[in-house]
Amino acid sequence: MSEAVKFHFDVDGSDFSSAGAASVMVKKKLRQLGYPPEVIRKVSIAMYEGEINMVIHANGGTADVEVYDNEIVIILSDKGPGIPNIELAMQEGYSTARDNIRNLGFGAGMGLPNMKKYTDSMEIDTRIGEGTTITMRVSL
Amino acid sequence: MTVRQTAEALGLTLLCGDGDREISGVYVGDLLSRCMSRVTEGCLWITIMSNINAVAVAALTDPACIVFCEDVEIDDVVLDRARENDIAIAKSTLDAYALCVAYHNACGENQ
Repeated sequence: MSEAVKFHFDVDGSDFSSAGAASVMVKKKLRQLGYPPEVIRKVSIAMYEGEINMVIHANGGTADVEVYDNEIVIILSDKGPGIPNIELAMQEGYSTARDNIRNLGFGAGMGLPNMKKYTDSMEIDTRIGEGTTITMRVSL
Repeated sequence: MTVRQTAEALGLTLLCGDGDREISGVYVGDLLSRCMSRVTEGCLWITIMSNINAVAVAALTDPACIVFCEDVEIDDVVLDRARENDIAIAKSTLDAYALCVAYHNACGENQ
């Protein structure tokens, strides 16, 4: 098994205009590496949603992408408020985003559902007042 | 039809990007998470959400062109980011429904 290709990004929680920059970078890297469009699409959607969630709810965080022979692993980690009710947060249409965020086109309550839908597995490790780490895997 | 042919047929103003790209399908939507999963490569994405985050969604989903409809304001920073990412942007005074009808008719005429 060859060594994993790894990317690390700091997601700026104060700047909405740069939200998605890490996802765009990963998409370009995966395209350069020759991965199929459908794999790139899955990774892009899942990572973008996670990135946006970190900006909206957690004042930023970190995103790590690890590319292995058989899967791509995306690890999003923040020191935000945590998710009080994961079951509720996983429901399509449920959102706690404020009106100013909704006016930008976010807060549709599709973030976590999209992340689950477009990956092959998703684990959420959240602690109230400490932060959240989400690990997503896309099989190759 | 290409982006440029569509722009001419629908009376769009093409502000930046590749006019020679072929269009395959149309999506209308403003909620970016939904657009993220529904805008497909090569489509015409019609929206009123003319902020910089729409450009990020387009950079990931790769539509042939974003059409900002209903004459919404478009900041220069949005166009600059679109140029950096090779994304075509057009604008129109029409609403989404009128644009869809016009596109449908134009496709019929070009067959």
